[in-house]
Amino acid sequence: MAEEKKVYTRTKGILPDTVSGFCPGCMHSTVHKIIGEAAEELGKLDKLVRVEGVGCCGLGQFYVSCDETIAAHGRAGAVATGIKRSSPDSLVYTYQGDGDLAAIGLAETLSAANRGENFTVIFINNGIYGMTGGQMAPTTLLGMKSTTTPLGRKAEEHGYPLHMSEIINQLTAPYYIERVSCDTPQHVIAARNAIKKAFQYQLEGKGYSIIEIVTSCPTNWGLDTLKSLDFLRENMFKEYPLGVFRDGGEKKQ
Amino acid sequence: MAERVFMKGTEAIAEAAVRAGCRFFAGYPITPQNEIPEYMARRMPEVGGTFVQGESEVASVNMLYGAASTGIRAMSSSSSCGISLYSEGVSYCASARIPMVYINVQRGGPGIGAIQPSQQDYNQATKASGNGGFRMIVLAPDSVQECVDMVYEAFDYAERDQNPVLILTDGVMGTMMEPVVLPKMKSDEELAKCREKFLPRAIIGHPLGQQATCRPGSVGGGQEEKNIAAAELYKSWDKDIKVEEFMMDDAEIVFAAYGISARISRAVIRELREQGIKAGMIRPITISPFPYSSFSNLDFNRVKGIIDVEMSIPAQMKWDVEYAVYGRCPIKEVLRSGGQLLTNDQVKNGAMEFIKEVL
Repeated sequence: MAEEKKVYTRTKGILPDTVSGFCPGCMHSTVHKIIGEAAEELGKLDKLVRVEGVGCCGLGQFYVSCDETIAAHGRAGAVATGIKRSSPDSLVYTYQGDGDLAAIGLAETLSAANRGENFTVIFINNGIYGMTGGQMAPTTLLGMKSTTTPLGRKAEEHGYPLHMSEIINQLTAPYYIERVSCDTPQHVIAARNAIKKAFQYQLEGKGYSIIEIVTSCPTNWGLDTLKSLDFLRENMFKEYPLGVFRDGGEKKQ
Repeated sequence: MAERVFMKGTEAIAEAAVRAGCRFFAGYPITPQNEIPEYMARRMPEVGGTFVQGESEVASVNMLYGAASTGIRAMSSSSSCGISLYSEGVSYCASARIPMVYINVQRGGPGIGAIQPSQQDYNQATKASGNGGFRMIVLAPDSVQECVDMVYEAFDYAERDQNPVLILTDGVMGTMMEPVVLPKMKSDEELAKCREKFLPRAIIGHPLGQQATCRPGSVGGGQEEKNIAAAELYKSWDKDIKVEEFMMDDAEIVFAAYGISARISRAVIRELREQGIKAGMIRPITISPFPYSSFSNLDFNRVKGIIDVEMSIPAQMKWDVEYAVYGRCPIKEVLRSGGQLLTNDQVKNGAMEFIKEVL
């Protein structure tokens, strides 16, 4: 009889014996898992510090197994600046949604990026406010209905979707910028590798990294889980193409 | 180790903070407190600390929240309309019980107001520095020396209570120069000891099973328990009340003033005494907790009236004085605001009018 080989185990970066309470089809739990895996593979779970944004991102407090604080809405970039500058040996990441990072926290986000702060940003972009019940986000697609754009987002009234990775790529200081997703096993692996790489860069003192993760919100998109995956691939990826915008490590090869 | 120097208020505040062990400072330019961040930008690297010029007051106070949550001594400063933008971060620090110190060098208000000195943030400082009804120890210096001494001890209060502490001063104190005795520089060992107690909850990373959390609220319940614990803390502050009772032994006319207004009132009281008028002053040094009993325990058979002197229109501290006096004697207001300074003559003339009425 063949010897049994353990090929998968739950990361210690997630609290044991907890069950995800996120909505069906939500990718937050997957992202929490791969962050835990990335930090664990680097042997840095005991140095990991999570700065949570407000909204569904803040629900991570019930699942993650690391030091963790909750920033005021949008201020994670500033809070992480204070923590990382005061405790340089900590492995610090922010976990923010699109409303938090790209609307109320736009100044804190861009200023921290522009200073090249040595922490990692995990940016969850699902094009809508989740916890408050589906209001328009800066990243909401044109034509997309939300509770505050009941007739759909119109460019002439609401402006255009904000492309944060592209905007941050205009700055000189950031070291690593990549946009990924978690809709397929391949994409989940790629997202985990991107997070791990960003953490590695931080440990090497390279400076600011942002991993934008384009995800779905079946509940507030009003679509079932499979249809929301179709919408993600057909519409979100078109507006927010996946890929590496900048990789300071690659450049130097 | 004590060192006597001639220093401007703002710079003395900054140096006192460095000596108290402040190793993180974030701030945003606003008149009349710019010398504090400027001084810190130069001084912090010299002592192995961090200075960050925030992109706004909002960012600065949230950097403070982050830095202080690692257990190091952290401070920020601003002025009036800038302090309004601190409300968010201060409330978060109070809720998460994060010790930090911040300075308000008051200018005229409301709104952008005036860049000249005033005392128009009393209610904000003592009653509602942010949402949620939290309270803080608020210290109000009336000399550059007191600025220094209060900043030095503010960090101890903050760490003892795990709560923010505010120094409420003004543009006069910030810009004037006086001789001061600077306190000794706290050693790295002393600071490590201060931090030790906080380390289990410091947001710096911990081994599995010992993780620290810093929660400025309670998603899913438990907030009321935190509020009750905070209320117990606030009740314990009676022991921390500080008040100066100046020439009060036989006083019939009592000035009520804090900070720069108290300084002006003290000069006027001396003039009145020369004219045989028995004047004195109650000067709250902690304006939160407020020394209510100094007013409520007055002998109202002897005291004929109170003169509330403030650089604020309408009066603000007067509410606290009225609450303690409870209608047992008349209270006269002598006020300026909007960046207009009180003068000795104005205070004296206001006092004389009142004295004619009540004596």
